[in-house]
Amino acid sequence: MDIQTVHPFVIFFAAITTNNILLTNFLGMCSFLAVSKDLKSSLGLGAAVIFVSTCTAPINWLVYHKLLVPYELEYLQYIAFIIVIAAFTQIIEMVIERVSTLLYLTLGIFLPLITVNCAILGCALFLVIRQYTFMQSIAYGMGAGTGWALAIAALAGIRSRMEKKSKVIPELEGAGIALVITGIIAMAFIGFSGIVRIN
Amino acid sequence: MTSIITAVLVLSALSGILTLLLLIAEFFFANYGECTIDVNKGEKSFKVEGGANLLMTLASQKLFLPSGCGGRGSCGTCKCRVLEGAGPLLPTEMPYLSDEEKTSNVRLSCQVKVRNDIRIEVPEELLSIKEFETVIESITDFTHDIKGLRFKLPEGTTIRFKAGQFANLFSRPYDDVKEETSRAYSISSAPSDNKALELVIRYVPNGMVTTYVFNHLKAGDKARLIGPFGEFFLRDSDREIICIAGGSGLAPIRSIILDMIDRGISNRKATFFFGAVSQRDLYYVDEFKAIEKAHPWFRFVPALSKDDSDHPYENGLITDVVARNYDSMNELEAYLCGSPGMIGACCKVLISKGMPEDRIYFDKFS
Ligand SMILES: Cc1cc2nc3c(=O)[nH]c(=O)nc-3n(C[C@H](O)[C@H](O)[C@H](O)COP(=O)(O)OP(=O)(O)OC[C@H]3O[C@@H](n4cnc5c(N)ncnc54)[C@H](O)[C@@H]3O)c2cc1C
Ligand code: FES
Repeated sequence: MDIQTVHPFVIFFAAITTNNILLTNFLGMCSFLAVSKDLKSSLGLGAAVIFVSTCTAPINWLVYHKLLVPYELEYLQYIAFIIVIAAFTQIIEMVIERVSTLLYLTLGIFLPLITVNCAILGCALFLVIRQYTFMQSIAYGMGAGTGWALAIAALAGIRSRMEKKSKVIPELEGAGIALVITGIIAMAFIGFSGIVRIN
Repeated sequence: MTSIITAVLVLSALSGILTLLLLIAEFFFANYGECTIDVNKGEKSFKVEGGANLLMTLASQKLFLPSGCGGRGSCGTCKCRVLEGAGPLLPTEMPYLSDEEKTSNVRLSCQVKVRNDIRIEVPEELLSIKEFETVIESITDFTHDIKGLRFKLPEGTTIRFKAGQFANLFSRPYDDVKEETSRAYSISSAPSDNKALELVIRYVPNGMVTTYVFNHLKAGDKARLIGPFGEFFLRDSDREIICIAGGSGLAPIRSIILDMIDRGISNRKATFFFGAVSQRDLYYVDEFKAIEKAHPWFRFVPALSKDDSDHPYENGLITDVVARNYDSMNELEAYLCGSPGMIGACCKVLISKGMPEDRIYFDKFS
């Protein structure tokens, strides 16, 4: 099947489930582990990731296909993507602070974290490797972000419940048990495999 | 060779475009333009550049709200009523506001950003708060960690304050501290001594302002003060007074006692309990002893909590010493000053001895 004929909605759906950027590619782990202690901040970070990946994926698509490819500079993609992401998160930060201080305090404080989030860079690289069209790249950016947000919300929900209800051996407390849970969630996500394929 | 040049050119072009976008975004979004701040329904009105917090913006217009922590959102002294234009209440403000304050639009001015026209209401006294460019007349070592400073006001200027109030002292950038910051210090001199201000400052290890005072200030230096602020002062009544202080908390009590002498208030008995660890932490003892001799209504009771040497003072924790001295406190009025821990402990003792809570006045040095 030619990937370019796949409907963007299918790509969006696959990016959340079968190709979840966190649970199948294990990208964006550091902030995933650090901010998943309570549901509220994980939702804030999740929303920020959705926002940034949805916006940067099409921009990076344009930069790659309209700037780097014509000049045969594909090898510069890493640098180009990173500066686009960095500049873009800064702009988003300014806009959010302008629009609402409340939103800034829930979302904006995470934006600097996202600049160095490898899930966002990974998302840009995948849409090049998988040769998505422009529309598909938007769907993929949105899907990858949503999948990441879903995964962190799931982990945060489980962790905050475990805090009250479960006894974890001291050696495994914190990041240790979070990684174990992540592994189990990832295995559960294997259940989606076979529904759609996008790579 | 050409490929390298194209690479550099393309990358520079991309960075250039992004920088341009950032600059445009900054121009449109980070630029809040001119905002108007209306104070007390038209009594005063300022045109200011938006973008900074309300506390700093008002200070730039010489309207000084009290600020204990220099705008870090950790003291809650910078409250002010914002009638319009403050935006939603922020999570950083919640812990410092009572439900009543929340409904009457009280906000922490250091957390409110000026992003549009704002209408505020401040107590009338605040409009008389002034900034003083002073010169340090003298610095005295009181104990191993407490110094007394005397600041001379500029020629021809005087200050009016109520004994017990405090002023904010500014530090200038030093060592690797890059910014200017300020902290609250109670005025220890009498209101009648109105051409100068005295402060008593205790060293806090690694403290921003106290390190500046202890290591960088000397007599003859310039220092910036803003004041007076605060609700801690002697209330008008005929009740007997009990004052309790520890460490640098002596400062406002000294001002209150000197003021009572100046105003000839001799119908109220006043007892000052001063808590210290050992003899080396006592200061101003001779002065208070002399006052005790000259004014029968005043009694000075220093108490040492950990001093086994031979001394003429009371022994024990200040709370125990106070409790020992009174059977009932129904008819008294209390003025406390010192660390939050000491004030909390003293309040408990006073209340257990029958003092009504609304007759306990205190300044927490937090
Ligand atoms: C109304 C009011 C009146 C005050 N009057 C006086 C006064 O007359 N004399 C006086 O010396 N101080 C007084 N203070 C305290 C003073 O304002 C400063 O908080 C104190 O001097 C420390 O400032 P800093 O910049 O050196 O330390 P910071 O840089 O603010 O603090 C450094 C560290 O020390 C801790 N810390 C802060 N204050 C204290 C403290 N008092 N004891 C122990 N640890 C502390 C902080 O939590 C922080 O971790 C008063 C405070 C208030 C609110
Ligand atoms: S100045 Fe301390 S909370 Fe605002």
